Order: sequence, then C-alpha cells, then structure tokens
Amino acid sequence: MSAADSPSAATDAWRAALRSRTLLIGVGILLFWIVCALFGRHLTPQDPYADDLLSTLAPPSWRHWFGTDQLGRDVFSRVIIGARDILIVAPLATLLGTVLGTVLGLTLGYFRGLIDDVVSRVIEALQALPLVIVALMALAAIGTSNATVVCVIGFVFTPIIARTVRAAMLNEVELDYVAAARLRGDGALAVMFIEILPNVLPVAVVEMTVRLGYAIFFVASLSFIGFGIQPPSADWGIAIAENYSLIGSYWWTILFDAAATASLIVGVNLVADGLGSVLEQR
Amino acid sequence: MSSAGEQGAAALRIEHLEVIYRVGARARRVISDLTLTIRPGESYGLVGESGCGKSTVAFAAVRYLARNGRVNRGRILVDGRDLMRLSARELRQLRAGSVSMVYQDPARALNPTLRIGAQMAEVFEASSGLRGAAARERAAAMLERVQIPSPGRVLDSFPHELSGGMQQRVLIGMALSNNPALLILDEPTTGLDATVEAEVLDLIAQLRAASRTSVLFISHSLAVIGRMCDRIGVLYAGELVEEGASQEVLNDPRHPYTVALLRCIPGHGRRKQQGRLETIPGFLPTPGSSDGRCVFVDRCGNATDRCRREAPAAFELPGLAAPRLTRCFYPERAPALPHVDDGSAPVPRLAAASEPVARPLLRARRLSKTYQIAGRSFQAVHDIDLELWPGETLGLVGESGSGKSSLAKLLLGLSAPDTGSELELAGEPLRPLAGERTQAQRKALQIVFQNPGLALNRSQTVRSLIQRSLRLLQLPRPRREQRLLELAASVRLTARHLRDKPRQLSGGLQQRVSIARAFAGDPRIVVCDEPTSALDVSVQAAILNLLTDLQLSQGVSYLFISHDLNVVRYLSDRIAVLYLGRLLEIGPTPSVFAGPQHPYTEALLSAGDLGRTRLQGEIPSALSVPSGCVFQTRCPRKLGPICEQREPPLLQASDGHVIRCHIPPAELQQLQRRYERVE
Repeated sequence: MSAADSPSAATDAWRAALRSRTLLIGVGILLFWIVCALFGRHLTPQDPYADDLLSTLAPPSWRHWFGTDQLGRDVFSRVIIGARDILIVAPLATLLGTVLGTVLGLTLGYFRGLIDDVVSRVIEALQALPLVIVALMALAAIGTSNATVVCVIGFVFTPIIARTVRAAMLNEVELDYVAAARLRGDGALAVMFIEILPNVLPVAVVEMTVRLGYAIFFVASLSFIGFGIQPPSADWGIAIAENYSLIGSYWWTILFDAAATASLIVGVNLVADGLGSVLEQR
Repeated sequence: MSSAGEQGAAALRIEHLEVIYRVGARARRVISDLTLTIRPGESYGLVGESGCGKSTVAFAAVRYLARNGRVNRGRILVDGRDLMRLSARELRQLRAGSVSMVYQDPARALNPTLRIGAQMAEVFEASSGLRGAAARERAAAMLERVQIPSPGRVLDSFPHELSGGMQQRVLIGMALSNNPALLILDEPTTGLDATVEAEVLDLIAQLRAASRTSVLFISHSLAVIGRMCDRIGVLYAGELVEEGASQEVLNDPRHPYTVALLRCIPGHGRRKQQGRLETIPGFLPTPGSSDGRCVFVDRCGNATDRCRREAPAAFELPGLAAPRLTRCFYPERAPALPHVDDGSAPVPRLAAASEPVARPLLRARRLSKTYQIAGRSFQAVHDIDLELWPGETLGLVGESGSGKSSLAKLLLGLSAPDTGSELELAGEPLRPLAGERTQAQRKALQIVFQNPGLALNRSQTVRSLIQRSLRLLQLPRPRREQRLLELAASVRLTARHLRDKPRQLSGGLQQRVSIARAFAGDPRIVVCDEPTSALDVSVQAAILNLLTDLQLSQGVSYLFISHDLNVVRYLSDRIAVLYLGRLLEIGPTPSVFAGPQHPYTEALLSAGDLGRTRLQGEIPSALSVPSGCVFQTRCPRKLGPICEQREPPLLQASDGHVIRCHIPPAELQQLQRRYERVE
C-alpha cells in the first residue's frame, strides 16, 4: 500500500497511535520481552542452563534474585530467556492463521453462494469444540515440535479469523468501487487482493493481535501439559510444569514464570485494544 | 433591531452569536457575529451550501451543540427567554414545550424498536402529562392533522413499515404536538422524492397557515426556501451575508454570493445549447480563517483592496420599504457581478440534429430483470425497449424505486437480465455480464456513480485509481503516464491531487476523479447515476459543465440518471420516464417538456410548483404491481376500468415522442392546456 503517498493521513495515524496510552504501555511490555528474547544471553547475570547442585531451591537472594530451581539454575536468568521460544512459536502460529484465515474469508465473502453457506456452518461447528482439546489430539497424532505446534495453532485459528474477515468483506463487496473494478474487467483475484484487501486489512490486523494473546496462552498451556515447547528450553510453561509440585514451599520457582506469562499476554492485549481504537478512527 | 420590543417576544432572537468547535487542540470559529430575529408567526429560511454552519445555528437555537461545540459569545432568546441562563431543568421544559425540531433523516429520528403510537404518546406525556387512551387519542388527532389517511393503523406500525414521506409526516406531527412557539425544520425534505417532497412542503405550508407557528427552515435549496419562507437569511462561512424578504432576495440579490449561487442553478428551462452554467470559483474558506477581511473575498469578482483589508459589517440597505441587510461594501454592484466563464462558452450542437447516424450505439430489446426475494419474485425492470444514439444524452427520470439504477446495471453488465432480453452494442450482441464481454465492449461502457466517496477505493491514491482504469487502453508505459496527466488535466485535477487519497479531497474533486476514471478507457457510453445529487449547487454546475465539455471533445453518449428535472432538462437531448420498471414516456427533451405528457411526467414536472397536480400516496412496492396500467393507482387522469384491466399501448405523440397511456396524446394535450389556463 502507499502510506508514504499520503503524508497527512499517515501522520494522523501516528499521532493517534502516540496519543493512545493503552497502545504505548502494551508496546512497552512487548518490546521488553522481545529484547529479552533477542539479547537474553547478554542480559542474564548467570548462565540460565548451568546447574548448581550445591544450591538447589535457594530462596531469592542477592546472588539469585528470583532464587534457584530444583537443579540449582538461576530462576531470574531463566525467566529472562524463557520468552525466546514462545515469542517465535506464538507469532508464527498467529501469522499462519491470519494469512490462511484472510484468504479464506476474502474468498467466502467474495463468492458467497452455496460453498460459503457450507463452509460457514462448518466453521461455526468447529468453534463449538474446545480448541485446546482439538490441538492436543492433533499434536498427539502427528508428534510435537515447534513446527507442528505452529501449524496446529495456525489451523485452529484459521476459521476464527476467516469469520471476521468475511464479515468485513460482505460490506466491502457492495461498495461501488468494486463494481467499477469489475467494469474494467478486473478478475476475482485482482478485485479481492488489490482492491478490497487493503480495506479489510485493519480488521485482520486487529484480529491478529487479539489472536496473538490467545496464542501465547495456548502455547504456554500446551507446554505445561508437555505437548508444546520441549525441554531443555527455559520456556515458562515448562518451568511451571516442572516445579508445579513445589508450589507450597518453593513459590519462587513458579511465581515469576507465571507472572512473566501473564505480563506478556496483558501486553499483547493492550496492543490489540489500542490498535483497534486507532485503526477505528481512520 | 427595534422590532423586538414592539412586537412582544420574538419566537427566536439570536444576537451576535459566535460558536466555536474544538478540533484537536485548535478552536475553530464556525459562526461569527450572527444576528437574526424570527417574529411570531413568521417563517424564516436559512440557506447556504454544506459547511456554512446552517445546522450549527439550528442546534445552537436549542442549546444542543455537539460536545466539542460551545457558544463563545452572544445571546439566544427563545420566546423571550435567554437560553444561556436557563438551568438544566428549565432548558428541558423549554425543549418540551416551546421549541420543536424536525431533522433531515426521518428513519434515524424515530426509534426503530417502538411503535409509532408509543413514541407519540411519550411526547404528550412529557408536554401535557396525558397518559394511556387520552394520549393515544391526541396522537391520532395529530396524525389526522398531518393528513395521514388511517391514523389507527399508523399508530400500530413500526417506523420501518412506513415510507420516508409518511415517517416525516409523523415527525412533523410529533413536533407540532406541543404547539411550539418555534418549529425548526432542518432540511426536512432533502431525503425525499420530488413528488413526496412537494406533498410534505404543501402540508407544512397548510399547517403554518392554520397554527401561526414560527418556523426556522433550513435548506440548501433556494427554490424550496423561496417557496416556504417569508424572509431569507443567506449563510456563508458562518456569517449571515444577506437577509431580507424572500422574493426580494431571490429576485434582486445584493450580495455577490447570493448572486453567484442563483446563477449556478440550471433553471428556467435552460439547456446546454444555450451555454455553460456559471460556477463559483475557489473553495469555502476554513472556518475562522477570514479575520480582518470579507469571508467571500477570494471568490468574489467584485472584490477590491478594501475587501481584503477590512471585514464588512452587516448594514441595512437604505431607501427600501422592507428592511434588507447585506454584508458587502458594494451592494449596488452585486447584480453586475462579472459572469464566470461566459462568452468563451462552447455551444454544443444537438447530437441528433448533426449528422444522420445509421444505427444506434446501444440497443435494448425486451429488457427485463426479475429478482427473487424470500420466495417472491418482483420485476425491477419490465420489458424495456431503448436506444442510445452516438453523442446523445438520454435523461432517465422517475422516483426512487422506479428501476432507474436497475436498468443502468443491466446495460453495464453488473447484473444479468432475464432470458429473452437482448442487448446490442454498435450492432454486435452484448453478453449479459461485464466479465463475459470483450475488452473493447467493457471499455465502451463505463459509469460515474452517485456517491464518489463509496465509488473510489479509499486505500488507493488518485494516481493509482486512474492508472488502474487506464490499463484498459493497453498503452505502452511512457504513453500511459502522459495519458494519465492529460486525463487529470481534462477533469481539472492538478498534479498535487494525484498524490492524495479520496478522503483528502472534497466531494466535487472526488467526483472529478470518478469521472476521470470513467473516461480513462475512452468509453463510448458513460452512465451517470445521479452524479451531482450529493454535491452543492456551485459544485454541481462545475461538474455539469465538465460532463458537457467531455461529451463535446470525446463524442461519448450519456445515460444520465437524475431526480432533478432542471438538471436533466439542461443536459439531455432525450428523456425517458420510468415508473415501476416500465417505460411510460420517451421523447426529445423539448417535446417532453412542451407536452403532451404522460400524467406521471406531468405530476413530476409540477412537483416544484405550489398547488399544482399532486400524486396521491407513494410509489407502490414492486412486489405488488397494480394491474393494467401500473400508474393507475395514483393517476390523476384515470379513465376508469380500462386502466385497471389493460396495459396501455405506447402511442406516438410526435416524431420520436411516445407515451404509454390510454388517453390519446392529442386529448392529453388538450387536458393539459386547459389545466394551464385554469392556473
């Protein structure tokens, strides 16, 4: 698209974005974890993977800010670096779901008719199923790895995003600019992707950020039950699962990982809210 | 100025009003130093183009400005009471008892989930404490007063079950129910068809004569205001630039803006062969940007250095019987305002009269379109035979719901006609859908839509909007750029506009882009679907001139759809009249206007005059088309059973002029002559 072509419109959007406190806080949290994931090894005071059997399950102290786990590994360093896998898997899964969902939604909304009716009912039926169970069964069947987790969550999200995009598409198709494009002989693909897509993209982008929050939660849950990210990753979900039984006496082995997961989800949701209201103003 | 004291309390008195809107961090002054008085029983018209502050005045008069708006200075007195000093409770009482407002869009002013009876009863509860059966009785009486035939049925209806005209009657009834001292009508008929508008305006005039309610009538239409109001105020950029008795202001305007506005309107049977329409050059200034100079100076042909240095104050013209105000240093020069674009005007030749053309460019035979809705079928277009000749403009008129746009869609190939319909372009059969037609055929048929805001893709720049249509020509790259610039220049867009997105352009500029796009592929026929109905008159004039110029230079044919008969008359060589998807009359413009006319055409033409033929009721639903002649249910000249039993034939009135009526054209002519004599 051509944001550069219309300086004033683009500037307006930026100004609105900078005014939105929700958006700024969300972006701040998100950026913090992205920096941690990218440069974690340089930021951690200790080696997150090094065990120290002489000081296992040590409470928070000056040496170990967040204490140590069952193997004597530094929890603080592991929390810092624990965002790495989830920040690769969750966004990729969301992106996959958004791309597939957008294409499906555009197609259904453009052609409508019998196929749309059938597919839309199937989508509704799928949404009635608990998604974690569906994903779990799929992962159990094809085996788990970061790649399969991305694919499974991506596919699970596809119908949800398709529904949103289709709804936006139904409004657009009726507008006269679409008729004008057909009159000059543009094919279905050109009308869908060149003419209409840029106008439904804001909807898809907002939906994508909302889904990202869910995806993070989803990946963390799968990791917790052992079907998501696999050890030896310092992933928060795995850490919570490993130390789950110690929650009574060694709270520090779980609390910080749980708080980190929560803060990431809150950050993403703030971005989704802020982005939604900024794009709505356009 | 002195009259307020003598006549007791004026219904509305506004003194030196200044209204400010806060936009972002900036404060914009949208109304400056506005003073006006509406005397008891008087009807005052406020006229001006969009963005000049008409509605702001209306909302200020009931202290109901948008949240970012504020009365910065001045006084507003309703019925003698200072609005700015009232407490919230007093204000509520005043709104319930003394002032009423009717808005432009009746569908949005009524609550869709409540029956009319419940909504009207609420008004009586608030104003006179009536409840239950008593309130309902009063509501029914009110509906009778606004001439609704079966009040009981209407009271039990939901708003969506009523037509637009009916809804507006209900709202007028609600507004009058508390016998207000002041009735504010904000563009009350703008969304209605001409025939319905005529009826609603008649109703307002009758009610006013009976009740002596004072009226503030807001409209963009000088014709409507002139008909309905005792006095007129002309608003421009938030200032009242001229005020006086309606007929005097309209016949002898003393402010250059009023003069220019009146000259923009195609009227008095004016046709394109008689020269171009005048326009007002330039744009409305940004609100509050004209300090220390006249607001109209940039667009005024009479402007002098004084106008640029000093803002003229409103003053009373001396030596006149009725008081007249103008805000111009040189009111005596206003009538001699230099004409814009005259003299050099190219006079188009009448296409039909030029060279004899062997065959029509576009020919439709037995064109029908049936839609299926919820198991029921209805015909939007029924058995239409039509020809469009090279270089001519065919005007298509009819009320909304008459099938004008459906017909256009069939010709363009945006929807497929019923089997048995035939379309021919330059002698070649035309496939039903645009996608199935050849590139050359698609190129030949293009459209300019009514609402450019929806017709232009908002995510593309003007450049890419035009470029994408230019690909129809399959030009090599360097030629394409050259053609783009030519095209932009031909619709008078500058290079600066090419970088903009539609949102950044005004309505008039957007419509130019839309026209450029339609002409990008060198079309032979352009369908213009109400291309100026969303625009102000000064902008409309420029667009009509542009269309005329392009027709002359490109030799295209237009199918021009409009509800504005003056515009159609100005532009069209022939006129086709549509009703419920049927062609009722077609003929050369002069013959159609001279008569004989189909009774429906006659009613359409007289909609603009007070007290002439009025149609009963509104266009029937296409789901229940009347038997025999489709127009028989509303026809003022209905003969009898024959009209209900047999569809009338198309009878020839004169060369190329046919009328679908059981009354022979000669007889129609006589009936219509006699009618005119009675007038």
